Amino acid sequence: MNRVLRSVCGCTHRTSCTGHSNIRFHLTLSRLVGLALFLVGCASHESVPQVEPPKTFPREQVLKGQELAYVGNCMGCHTEEGGKPYAGGTPLRTPFGTIHGTNITPDPETGIGQWSLAAFTRAMREGVDRGGHNLFPAFPYDHFTKTTDEDIAALYAFIMTREPVSKKNVANTVPLPRATAGWWKSKYLEPGVYKPDPAQSGEWNRGAYLVEGLGHCGACHTPRDRLGAEKKDAQFAGAEIEGWHAPALDSTSPSPIPWTVDALQAYLKHGVADQHAQSAGPMAEVAHDLSHVNDADVRAMAVYVVSLDKRSADQRKQAGDAALARARAAVAQKGNAVYDGACADCHNLGRAQEGGALELPLGTALTVPTPKNLAYIIRDGILPRDGERSGWMPAFEGALTDAQLTELLTYLRALSGQPAWNDVAGEVKKTSKGQR
Amino acid sequence: MKLDVNGQVHEVEADATTPLLYVLRDDLKLNAAKFGCGLGQCGACVVMVDGEAIYSCITPISVLENRKIKTLEGLGTAGKPGPMQRAFIDAQAAQCGYCIPGMMMRAQALLEKNPGATEADIRGALQPHLCRCGTHSRILHAVARAGELMRGKS
Repeated sequence: MNRVLRSVCGCTHRTSCTGHSNIRFHLTLSRLVGLALFLVGCASHESVPQVEPPKTFPREQVLKGQELAYVGNCMGCHTEEGGKPYAGGTPLRTPFGTIHGTNITPDPETGIGQWSLAAFTRAMREGVDRGGHNLFPAFPYDHFTKTTDEDIAALYAFIMTREPVSKKNVANTVPLPRATAGWWKSKYLEPGVYKPDPAQSGEWNRGAYLVEGLGHCGACHTPRDRLGAEKKDAQFAGAEIEGWHAPALDSTSPSPIPWTVDALQAYLKHGVADQHAQSAGPMAEVAHDLSHVNDADVRAMAVYVVSLDKRSADQRKQAGDAALARARAAVAQKGNAVYDGACADCHNLGRAQEGGALELPLGTALTVPTPKNLAYIIRDGILPRDGERSGWMPAFEGALTDAQLTELLTYLRALSGQPAWNDVAGEVKKTSKGQR
Repeated sequence: MKLDVNGQVHEVEADATTPLLYVLRDDLKLNAAKFGCGLGQCGACVVMVDGEAIYSCITPISVLENRKIKTLEGLGTAGKPGPMQRAFIDAQAAQCGYCIPGMMMRAQALLEKNPGATEADIRGALQPHLCRCGTHSRILHAVARAGELMRGKS
């Protein structure tokens, strides 16, 4: 399963900073620049003393921390497939190398069992581990820094009451010294707790706090510059992430019917919104996690995200009405044997019917700039997580050849009323099992 | 159009959107693959195309020209069962048997690609298949046994 580009870096070394100095022999930047960065980045952080954290925390605090961990999708990076919760190991392929989520169970040797609340807070706010080393920003501290002391303490209580798992961290393959992360932070990190906007409602501010902070939605939905920082002038403009396209959430949202708060709340909480999508790929995991979060917080997140689309209510209604009319007209036409034979039985029924599925011309996957999302969905289907209920779409891998899949994708794109995709055959090839 | 089923080419007269399952059962009288849900959700209709397990109830024949279709009938006969069938008989893995042909074809596709499939591989592959009689553990034994037979163990 692909994982998205967001994770703590592989470092929980407990050696002192000087013990790290041999890393400079691996520099790909010039050694001189690297050394300078290394010294600048390294000199500024002290190690936090080892402690034995409390064994117990108030129940309410632990439960609150659990909910916040779901908002943050912590397991997405810190739990590998089939692995023990929070014991790390998930590989994250970034443009800078592969980084593995770390063991954040309270195991004292291989996890973070010797971390005090102060050390944990510093990691969340400033991206520095207990030993004083800079963490790579794959751990999204640029978002987590906005989290309040109270919420960080609750997360700490939750993490420290998990089952300790002895599991060594896997070394990452980023060929840069950690000091470069120090330099990155000096350029991009704006440390500090979220400041509410007094012009907005309490609900909006709560949503903004969760979306911009722990939820780190921008980590996938905002395009990054070549140094891996989210582009400030393109916030939520949609981005490529591990082979999938995370759609734009701003006014350029490709959703044929503009999102409403109700629809987005349903999508975030249950992974399905009737006239938009069934969550798939990395987002399926996010929706799974948010299903454990209280309704008020999920709704607040939806309120904030919907507000990112600045089109007026009239514009949105017009766009939605036109999309619905076009979709209904499009499916009324027959014309593609694969669609009519393989897709229409479910997708032409409408959700209200038993076995009914999303009306395809309204599907977000048809409207994003690449056919890859749709290709993954058709190949692999949408399957429930082990032992859980969810929508189900059967996999068509094997039934369709790449050429047939290409033809179907081209047809579906036309059904959505969008301009044709470029090089559908080439993109289809990239989604085949051997190429991922 | 022409369909290659179990190595025999059949001339079929049917609309291009017709599901393979209907053609197999109604036209070719190959009744091993079963109609369960008609939505690709239960696995009773699974057959193989070019070595991959597919749902025949949602695969239109339009995509199957010049491709090799294999059904349970292609794995052996009552008198001369193939290894998968032998193993299912030995393990007495069927109760009502309705889901079994689909399970066997999925397992066949798995073992042809990976003869050394582990129990975890087998469980993972059969995950999309439903059986309500509850012979799951015998089915797992049978597939593991079929793997042994295919690897030449007696």
